[in-house]
Amino acid sequence: MQVSFGLNGTPVAAEVAPTATLLDWLRDARGLTGTKEGCNEGDCGACTVMVTDADGDARAMNACILFMGQLDGRAVRTVEGIAGPDGTLHPVQQALIDHHGSQCGFCTPGFVVAMATAHLNGRTDHDDQLAGNLCRCTGYAPILRAARAAAAAPVPAWMRDAAPALSSFSKYPRGGSGLPERGAGGPPPDRDGIPAGWGGRAPLAATGADTRGDPGAGPAAAAARPDSVAALAEWYADHPEATLVAGATDVGLWVTKGLRDLGPVCFLNGVAELGRIEVGPEAIRIGAGATLSALRDAIAPHHPAFAELLRRYGSVQVRNAATIGGNIANGSPIGDGPPALIALGATLHLRHRDGRREMPLEDFFVDYGRQDRRPGEFVEAVSIPRQPNRLSCQKLSKRFDQDISAVCGCFNLTLEGGRVAAARIAFGGMAATPRRARATEAALTGAALSAAGIAPAREALAEDFAPLSDMRASARYRMAAARGMLARLISAEPSVLEVAP
Amino acid sequence: MSVARPLPHDSARLHVTGQARYVDDLPVPAGTLHLAFGLSPVARGALTRLDLEPVARTPGVVAVLAAADLPFANDVAPAAGDEPLLAEGRVHYMGQPLFLVAARSHLAARKAARQAGIEIAEEAPVLTIDAALAAGWRFEEGPREFLKGDPEAAIAAAPHRFSGTIEIGGQEHFYLEGQAALALPQEGGDMVVHSSSQHPTEIQHKVAEALGVPMHAVRVEVRRMGGGFGGKESQGNALAVACAVVAARTGRPAKMRYDRDDDMVITGKRHDFRIRYEVGHDAEGRLRGVVFEQFCRCGWSQDLSLPVADRAMLHTDNAYHLPHARIVSHRLRTNTQSATAFRGFGGPQGMVGIERVMDQIAHRLGRDPLDVRRANFYAGAGGGTDRGAPPPAAGGGSPGGISARVKAHVGGEDVAAGTPGDVASRGALHETAEPTGPVAAPPAGAQTTPYHMAVTDFALNEMVAALAGSADYHARRRRVAAWNAEHAGIKRGIALTPVKFGISFTLTHLNQAGALVHVYQDGSVQMNHGGTEMGQGLHRKVAQVAAERFGIDADRVRITATDTGKVPNTSATAASSGADLNGMAVKAACDTIRDRIAAFLAPLHQAAPEAVRFAGGEVTAGGHAYSFAEAVQLAYQGRVSLSATGFYRTPDIEWDRIAGRGRPFYYFAHGAAVTEVAVDTRTGENRILRVDILHDAGRSLNPAMDIGQIEGGYVQGAGWLTTEELVWDDKGRLATHAPSTYKIPACSDRPDVFNVALWDAENARETIYRSKAVGEPPLMLGISALMALSDACAACGPAYPGLDAPATAERVLFACQEARG
Repeated sequence: MQVSFGLNGTPVAAEVAPTATLLDWLRDARGLTGTKEGCNEGDCGACTVMVTDADGDARAMNACILFMGQLDGRAVRTVEGIAGPDGTLHPVQQALIDHHGSQCGFCTPGFVVAMATAHLNGRTDHDDQLAGNLCRCTGYAPILRAARAAAAAPVPAWMRDAAPALSSFSKYPRGGSGLPERGAGGPPPDRDGIPAGWGGRAPLAATGADTRGDPGAGPAAAAARPDSVAALAEWYADHPEATLVAGATDVGLWVTKGLRDLGPVCFLNGVAELGRIEVGPEAIRIGAGATLSALRDAIAPHHPAFAELLRRYGSVQVRNAATIGGNIANGSPIGDGPPALIALGATLHLRHRDGRREMPLEDFFVDYGRQDRRPGEFVEAVSIPRQPNRLSCQKLSKRFDQDISAVCGCFNLTLEGGRVAAARIAFGGMAATPRRARATEAALTGAALSAAGIAPAREALAEDFAPLSDMRASARYRMAAARGMLARLISAEPSVLEVAP
Repeated sequence: MSVARPLPHDSARLHVTGQARYVDDLPVPAGTLHLAFGLSPVARGALTRLDLEPVARTPGVVAVLAAADLPFANDVAPAAGDEPLLAEGRVHYMGQPLFLVAARSHLAARKAARQAGIEIAEEAPVLTIDAALAAGWRFEEGPREFLKGDPEAAIAAAPHRFSGTIEIGGQEHFYLEGQAALALPQEGGDMVVHSSSQHPTEIQHKVAEALGVPMHAVRVEVRRMGGGFGGKESQGNALAVACAVVAARTGRPAKMRYDRDDDMVITGKRHDFRIRYEVGHDAEGRLRGVVFEQFCRCGWSQDLSLPVADRAMLHTDNAYHLPHARIVSHRLRTNTQSATAFRGFGGPQGMVGIERVMDQIAHRLGRDPLDVRRANFYAGAGGGTDRGAPPPAAGGGSPGGISARVKAHVGGEDVAAGTPGDVASRGALHETAEPTGPVAAPPAGAQTTPYHMAVTDFALNEMVAALAGSADYHARRRRVAAWNAEHAGIKRGIALTPVKFGISFTLTHLNQAGALVHVYQDGSVQMNHGGTEMGQGLHRKVAQVAAERFGIDADRVRITATDTGKVPNTSATAASSGADLNGMAVKAACDTIRDRIAAFLAPLHQAAPEAVRFAGGEVTAGGHAYSFAEAVQLAYQGRVSLSATGFYRTPDIEWDRIAGRGRPFYYFAHGAAVTEVAVDTRTGENRILRVDILHDAGRSLNPAMDIGQIEGGYVQGAGWLTTEELVWDDKGRLATHAPSTYKIPACSDRPDVFNVALWDAENARETIYRSKAVGEPPLMLGISALMALSDACAACGPAYPGLDAPATAERVLFACQEARG
């Protein structure tokens, strides 16, 4: 398929396989080898690039699981475009040198881009902004010193040119840009066609991959990019076997790790209405295409515990791509969105060309790997009734940041006079699906908020769940920790995250 | 002054702009092939059928090779000859390479590698320490043993006795840059190999063997690695050999890099250990006698496991004087990845054993663990006697006793006979090196290690006193106790642990290095040495040495890729030896050139050559000052050679690994850390709150680099002992084979408060500018995190929590429950 986007300030039009990754394209077709492959699954951040949308917002994303088909109409800035056109270093680059923030240097380009993007956005919550970038050498201390040192420096002018460049696409209609087209199906890149806007330096040579031999890498595979929900419904009804691609933080791995040929794909990022979050008088309606970043921002005033849970969901790079619709639709038993949504009494809205359905979210998850979704039907939105905030969320994982939950427990308790008047509780990681803890809810209802009061609920957890052992935790731990979560509900002592040295 | 300045990493600007090239970034000629291995889906069995037709038919595939297609040696083991590049008949672990695909792209090769028809007659795999013991699967003929005094009698006579066990998990290196190699075929059958390797000479050796050519036909170049940590000491052999074989066969360049999951499934990791201990001590917590039994899970091949297990034994004492000790080491073979070198090389595991013992003694006596640790410290320089120990046995540690013998031992039962092995590998089977000159006799009455080496420059008494003060240890310990008295949900813990780490390769002959220095007519300098750059800043440090010798700015010294064609017969950049060995070799080369320039200039100014000074960018002879460039130009015109090699070998070391006697280390590096943690007793979640470190880098060559090693080493060590958990299922499948499931520390896991200081004292030994090695020792500072967690768990109740490693939230929760009794 043909995609048009900005690359380090210069418009590019490329004929590409829809599920070719941006990382491979940068390195193999463009010779931009500054962007590194560390894990090829969005967990290390070595491939971090800055992506600016038509709305002008710049976001850090992982190029290794970003399909070329997702880039249309956006602007990409790689590490090669972070220094100024005359070679002047960006403040974060200079600070990393001054503070000895690189050792082996392999993670460094990813850090540079993540830091420069955070700097552009005025973010100083460095631990969160860099949670998606792994470094094995430095212990992070000098990188944080650099981030703090650079925070006050003004944003270099060249960093702001990405968004305006988008408007120039109107001058370069798809397929008619006049720029040399290159990509997986074309000839190897020639030097003179490489735009000069990424720093004025000679390009590094390509890595030598010749993608002509790649099965499924040709432009023939079908790819749709509808621009409305109605068009999506229409197309998907006709192609129920197709793969819907929203953020690709899960589907990306089907390609990079599963080496699957996805067949027909449909990119959802052209459907603006799917990303809308509407806070109404009765309900908060979250479009399936809303990213976890957008949801975190939108939900924070209403349910701060949900927002804090989402702070620990993946990383900035992952949250900027991943959508709540994907998080629900893939039916993972360990997705962090559903337990909170179920505890909030969420309703799922499904859409098909032939009509809409809605159901309590917990009913969507039928069994492991099986959801109540019919051919051609897709998640359109999820809505939660407006309610006083009573939600608390507890996420247990081996590592605090960017780790999948071993257990995620979300508790929506209505208290009256020191007793639980009503309880809605959902867990992830305790069963084959995200699930309500109905026996526990019943045992808690009417109970006093005391050790004795919650004792029956501790026992009731065993009626609700028979968790499994896996590489994240044993069944014994999952049950013990879930009980520990109940104990924390009645404790005044905070989590270790709130303990000061 | 160039030495001792905190100059940035020599590649820092290239790093931050994305211009630093790693193997996969190198421009390659058209037609380069991309390789991938097909991997065994089972852990143990006989390969009965390998149908590669579907692989060959996959689009983009150019060649497919199985073991029978290899022209010469099918072996990528560092020494023991027991690691076929491609499996022959038997399959030893899940993930073992069975065949090799060459395709037109990386992706095509990966896809094709999954297409083979593989039939394996599966057998029950031997996966655990218990299973290996039951099956009698060992390397070497039996356990190794060090003995000092009469530990059993000393334990029996001690006022207090106890025993216990600790399990210590392994660790994935998780270098950010995965393994990679690129082979470029040359005329006449020569081969140039770019490899992400800590050991270019071994790559050269294995490639030469695989191609059936002399080593002179293979040139290996390493500009930099994206992290190594020991994981690229031997684990890069397979990729380099695969590339070279394909390049030789097809005449086309060949490149191979492991996808992250393949990397984690194929390559070795840190050895996991079980350590059993029996302890006798007095009422002050001083050890009377101790027996350690170490069970070391080595995986399917020998690799470097013998010296790793040796080093674990050698660090069983850590900083403590053991008057009577027996240390037994079992090296067990299993159907898992072959465990390999990892920063510390067994030392960390050995130290965890005795730190656990110190912690448990203190708990049993109700004393501050720091008091117990200090009561057991070695005496400082000039003080102390070998408390309660018998005099050394006759002949022990004396020079000549070892050199008179050739130390040889048999390998594991599966080891192919007759393989000479690579004598430049730490896994070498035959130690034939003589001691490097006369070894000084230990001072009479000096305290000795369990391997009978005198400890003469022990700095930890002073260092720990200083750290306890600067970290406010005692007051904070009281505050922790006060917090714990008031809180049931969150407990705090604090611990101060020391590190004493032996510096030298224990395979004595590896303690040598070469360098090649060129001075050009314009006064610029190009420097080469045998060490490799993996992020540690070795090139920066060594360039500072060169600049210092010539009295010029460090930016006048060009650092080039490590190249077996420039400096031959290099040892691995390992054992923390990089700056010690290569710094001295570069110094020797620089001094040779300097002396030639001085000898040429001195007569022109009626000066003695020794009086010619090189400083401040000038060369001064008899009152006349030249710029360095002028002096060089004159020397050139005077037909003076401006190129020299340098060589260094560490003096005063010898070691008999079978007898467990000698002086394996030139010196010890020291450090100490205080860690404070918080533990949620309801979920086991835990976090490091504050860390204070005092570390001994001698007279630092570059304080910024050294502090970088210390901060990074601490976090990596703490990660090993907390969140980094390797899980294999009962089929032998590594379940944690990607960063999604294997959790190294992330940004917010670093301590909130992280104070690092260097101990300002020069090395008592004549090292390069009296500095000390700093690569590995700081990793073991992370042990203080495990001990602090144990301290917090112990606050839950009266019983000793017996916290194993890694102390995941799960283990911490159950340790809290164990403490409650």
